[in-house]
Amino acid sequence: MKKKSKDSIFTIENQKDLKSLKFEDCFKRLEKIVSILEEGSVSLEESIKLYEEGIGLAKICMEKLSDAELKIKKLSKEINGKIIFEDFDLDE
Amino acid sequence: MNENYYTVTQLTKQIRNVLEQTFFDVTVLGEISNFKKHTSGHLYFTLKDENASINAVMWRNRVANLFFTPQDGMKVIARGSISVYEIRGTYQLDVSYLKPLGIGELQIAFEELKKKLAAEGLFDPRYKKPLPEFPQRIGIVTSPTGAVIRDIANIIARRFPIVELLLYPVIVQGAGAAEEIANAISQFNKYKNIDVMIICRGGGSLEDLWAFNEEIVARAIFNSEIPIISAVGHETDFTISDFVADLRAPTPSAAAELVVPNVTDIIENVKNFVYTMKENVSDNISFYKDSINSLISNYYFNLPMNKVKQSMQRIDEFDRIIKLLIERSLNEKKIHIKNFEQRISSLNPESVLNRGYAIVYKNSHIIDRAYKLNSGDEVGIKFKDKKLNATITEDKKE
Repeated sequence: MKKKSKDSIFTIENQKDLKSLKFEDCFKRLEKIVSILEEGSVSLEESIKLYEEGIGLAKICMEKLSDAELKIKKLSKEINGKIIFEDFDLDE
Repeated sequence: MNENYYTVTQLTKQIRNVLEQTFFDVTVLGEISNFKKHTSGHLYFTLKDENASINAVMWRNRVANLFFTPQDGMKVIARGSISVYEIRGTYQLDVSYLKPLGIGELQIAFEELKKKLAAEGLFDPRYKKPLPEFPQRIGIVTSPTGAVIRDIANIIARRFPIVELLLYPVIVQGAGAAEEIANAISQFNKYKNIDVMIICRGGGSLEDLWAFNEEIVARAIFNSEIPIISAVGHETDFTISDFVADLRAPTPSAAAELVVPNVTDIIENVKNFVYTMKENVSDNISFYKDSINSLISNYYFNLPMNKVKQSMQRIDEFDRIIKLLIERSLNEKKIHIKNFEQRISSLNPESVLNRGYAIVYKNSHIIDRAYKLNSGDEVGIKFKDKKLNATITEDKKE
């Protein structure tokens, strides 16, 4: 199984980048920031920078959660062994 | 001797006619042995009891109606017809319908497959893959109709709607179900673009759930690189799928609860993160403030300042002394001036007026000698209180 090792420290420069992030990455980065801050090994300037980033991430997380709507797709066909999904409405 | 004989072919044909006409529809009870599934899809096996055995075949088109895979040792009721294979002179039972003698047979088959797969390590915990914490796309292998897919969709929509559900529709019971389920699992693995898979169906009899006890499904689950949750029937139903899967959910609804986190928990988490960060940063800031304050109040830090302060105090002292000295000298000067004034005032010519003398002016000049005047001169006489004018009338020569 392919492993996604995304929990290494990555920094996010601006809000635009933040919005394009996956929820998981946002949440994980936020989690990481909190643990860095709790560790207390960064300078005051860094901690304030991290704090600002963290608040931004928290906002994005909340937005992503509140905007979300479940999507359902159903297998429509197989072409040469490739499967293709189409939108599926359960109420039909 | 009358040359009355059959050819082998004639005899075999005769035997064939007799057997096939006599046994064109028979039902027989026996135990399966030497079971083989040919790559062509036909099944070959022997039915036997204590004293006899008969070869049996089940052609692929009939196999499609089987809801279970027969196994050696399984007691079955087979229905079909006897056919004779003329070339080899053998006869066999063409099975059109096959079912386990009873539920007990399925239970035995279940236990045997379980034992076999366990021995191979298919249930070993070290092969269990962790489930993603926040899946983005979830593959669902189940029937597109019925309550199961709706229940799952409703629960996930409520708990964690950020995901996409990809439904791979399959039949979940009866003939061909196991093959469809196994195929769906391997197709999802080729597709790759899902994080986790749920294979599920609602409750039913052991026969209904049987597809999930088939080896082909078990192997497909084991070979999947995508983590799989197995959710078959009710809480009390255990299937082989459940044992091989990375996680068993007691019901399809439970699978939906297990596969995604709850949005309210996450919101709570995010709030806690924000709180922790705020606390941390404000603690950090007050820590530095306290440090700065304690540095500022430190004795050595204040040493230079103290010197400055001392100097300033000395300057103030000097200032006070200087002011004092100035004031003293001023006072002395004042007294001096006062004395001087007194002395000066005693010299003031006008002070004689106080003593009853008068001063004579002529053209604003004081006249201090009589010879400076002549008869008829206009003069002024200044008394203490007033100035009068007068005319000299007589030159009094003495």
